[in-house]
Amino acid sequence: MLLIRCPWCEEDLPELEFRHAGEAHIARPTNLASIPDADFEKFFFIRSNPKGIVFERWRHVHGCARFFNAVRDTVSDRFVTTYKAGEARPVLPAVGDTGPAAHGNVEPKKLNVRKPAARGNGK
Amino acid sequence: MAEIARTSPLAGRFVGRPHVTVAPAPPATRLAVRAPATSRGALARALKVDLFDGRQIRTVGPRMSLPLGPDEWLVIDEEGADLAAICRDVDALHSAVDVSHRNVGILVSGIAAEAVLNAGCPRDLSLAAFPVGRAARTILGKVEIVLVRTQPQAFRVEVWRSFSDYAFSLLEEATRDPGF
Ligand SMILES: [Zn+2]
Repeated sequence: MLLIRCPWCEEDLPELEFRHAGEAHIARPTNLASIPDADFEKFFFIRSNPKGIVFERWRHVHGCARFFNAVRDTVSDRFVTTYKAGEARPVLPAVGDTGPAAHGNVEPKKLNVRKPAARGNGK
Repeated sequence: MAEIARTSPLAGRFVGRPHVTVAPAPPATRLAVRAPATSRGALARALKVDLFDGRQIRTVGPRMSLPLGPDEWLVIDEEGADLAAICRDVDALHSAVDVSHRNVGILVSGIAAEAVLNAGCPRDLSLAAFPVGRAARTILGKVEIVLVRTQPQAFRVEVWRSFSDYAFSLLEEATRDPGF
């Protein structure tokens, strides 16, 4: 079982007490009624979903019940750090090698397999 | 005329084994309190028990306050005082809800109490991590509970009434470990 550090309780506690709550640092537009549908789609549906380091909202729902943010590596499932909701994105400590498949801090587009280069005329 | 009596959902249930005892707690009144730091003093004066900004419970006579979160407490009075009525005269901003009949208390005691609770509770319940007087909302099997360590080998479990049969049965199963 994972232990997750709740920044309110200041303790490492079992993951069963926590619940994931989507991507963090998504600002709700203040003019929601007047923005174009495309912008609303971006705000409401489109998430970054990178392979590697993600910023997520979590809630210590079966504990202090508070929301907080976590920096997690989606490859190793390791929690890099957690901080209270409302606080700025932390400056990340250097993420060391977290295992053979770790791609921490690599931009998603650099992780994707490149399309094979176009062959000559193929004949 | 027919008499109307409130029956505990755990009435008559009791588990006594050489190393652990599981029993329903006597009836009590309970209050769910939320209040900002600025209101805490006034509320604590009215309730006559400190609303401590930490992890430890505060006990005054039959009444105890359990900190559950940064601005949230569960107050339990074992003599049945009307806690909601006490808060009615407090002007400071707060929320106080009488949840006396929402919860049922279960008392788990004995040298195997810690192990029996750990059958369903994933927290570290060693004395170092969860000392006497510590309270926390946590999980027991599939249900949420509030857990208090009242003595080194005694705990109080507060569970929602409709989950109490599940919680008690789970603890009962846990006591069947041959070691207990
Ligand atoms: Zn917490």
